Amino acid sequence: MLEHLPALQVVVPLAAAPLIVLLRRPRVAWLLASAAALFAFVAALVLAAEVASTGAISYHLGSWPPPWGIEYRVDALSAFVLVLVAGVGAVVMPYAWRSIPAELPRDQHYLFYALQCLCLAGLLGMTITGDAFNVFVFMEVASLSMYVLIALGRDRRALLAAYQYLILGTIGATFYVIGVGLLYLLTGTLNIADLAQRLPELAGSRPALAALAFITVGVSLKLALFPLHLWLPNAYAYAPSVVTAFLAATATKVSVYVLLRFYFGVFGARQVVESLPVTGILIGLSVVAIVTASLVALWQADFKRLLAYSSVAQIGYITLGIGIANESGLTATVLHLFNHGVTKGALFLLVGGIALRAGGAGFEQLRGLGRAMPLTSLGITLAGLSLIGVPGTAGFISKWYLVLGALQAGQWWLAALVVATSLIAVAYVWRFVEAAYLSAPDERSAPAGEAPRVMLIASWLAVGACFWFGIDTAYTVEGARRAALFMLGGLP
Amino acid sequence: MDAFASHYTYWVTVFLMAAGLYIMIARGNLVKKLVGLGIFQTSVYLLYIAPGKLIGGTAPIVAEAYKVYSNPLPHVLILTAIVVGIATLALGLAIVVRIREAYGSIEEDDILALDAEPGKRA
Repeated sequence: MLEHLPALQVVVPLAAAPLIVLLRRPRVAWLLASAAALFAFVAALVLAAEVASTGAISYHLGSWPPPWGIEYRVDALSAFVLVLVAGVGAVVMPYAWRSIPAELPRDQHYLFYALQCLCLAGLLGMTITGDAFNVFVFMEVASLSMYVLIALGRDRRALLAAYQYLILGTIGATFYVIGVGLLYLLTGTLNIADLAQRLPELAGSRPALAALAFITVGVSLKLALFPLHLWLPNAYAYAPSVVTAFLAATATKVSVYVLLRFYFGVFGARQVVESLPVTGILIGLSVVAIVTASLVALWQADFKRLLAYSSVAQIGYITLGIGIANESGLTATVLHLFNHGVTKGALFLLVGGIALRAGGAGFEQLRGLGRAMPLTSLGITLAGLSLIGVPGTAGFISKWYLVLGALQAGQWWLAALVVATSLIAVAYVWRFVEAAYLSAPDERSAPAGEAPRVMLIASWLAVGACFWFGIDTAYTVEGARRAALFMLGGLP
Repeated sequence: MDAFASHYTYWVTVFLMAAGLYIMIARGNLVKKLVGLGIFQTSVYLLYIAPGKLIGGTAPIVAEAYKVYSNPLPHVLILTAIVVGIATLALGLAIVVRIREAYGSIEEDDILALDAEPGKRA
């Protein structure tokens, strides 16, 4: 049983989905989906512990040895991402218990849970697989379920957001397959480890460069790197609350992981960092993403949309670490992937509570919220501190390493930029504080009290995690550093 | 000229790819965009399958009489990609049907205009 854990990690949520569709009853569906999510989380933790003690695990599906068969590979980097994805997947389930009945008609509940399981399975599969084409298959499993999950939103604009995401997401995935196809034509293999061995002798050949370009653009569309982020704000703003929280915390992060895997696991740091202007382009786009998206976030009239734009900016910090490309920079990337996932997850979960009680998260509905929903408001303020990067919170740790990486690379202006743009985050978090605590409540749209208890518990678990990983950094920093060393070739 | 002619499958691929992308960007009709998406995805099928074919090659049969065979793996990969493509297209069309029910139009400009109005009133 234990030796098949890498396969079960993906198979259990995948198999839960059709079962849920067959059983249909909302409670049974919730129970099954929660059990699958919890199993995935425990499996991820066990795998991560095993990797930390005995090194990378290679699992051969159907006992076909790689490079012929599909290999599942759990190493320092993928174990870290697995824990994040499965953890968020497990935390949102109790939240969905109250949030989904409030947002969806009863006969659609089972569909939501089935899609949630599929999405989780797809994201976990993208992370764990060691086969480049298998990544595409899981990417599409995750994406197709995401499009539907977004389209479940109550607002009709959710449909258009889902459609736009479908078009752009499919272009992204297709670009990725084109890149993988070119690599396959060059090397005759699809196994990522095998590709890494065969590519160096072909480095610099035109098809290899074209493959790198296609994969970069395709995956950047999926991870919403500026200027390919246009699908993200609407998708996040109009999707059901649970979906937004889950997607914001995991979907773009797994795409960052795929990019890291290809840059450092396939093409190799030497080619990507040293002989091509990839890092320069990434730094440039990241800087523009951070500055413009933060500024745009500042002017949003809706808090959920504000957070969506803030996500685009935070993804900029993540890709900035890849651009800096030294040990601290990559540590910052992996750390921020995790810490921002937790922080944004917490924020979107809490905003879901507001949307439920006040009927929306526009700034006029937030007025006087500190009195009507004290726990929710406090949670948002505290998670907002982590978004800014105040010392003692998770956000601080990742920005610290980012600044450190920039200074080590001799790019002091990037360090200054990270600090300066955090001030914009102060401004947009302050907009919430001002509305919630310093404005008189609006009589007409006063919320009907605090969010349901299970939703609060799930949200506060995530808020607690923002501080836990800001103070006790043993797990995250150590995991991220191992992942960074692994990428730079220092660890086997 | 030989290099051009012997790589003609690539030229077809590139043409389909560019045509599909252009349709997706230039057309405002939501169904036409999906048509573009279909053409774009088809170009990838060709990219994978064409190089797998050897002239005079057979199916991969282990026997004395056959020495040259075509690589079967691209076919299998593209079977998967075709299934994914069908699922994407079906989902895209389903969403367009729902959009038409909600907005009464499938022209992007009309829909954006419809959404802009209630915002102004509120």
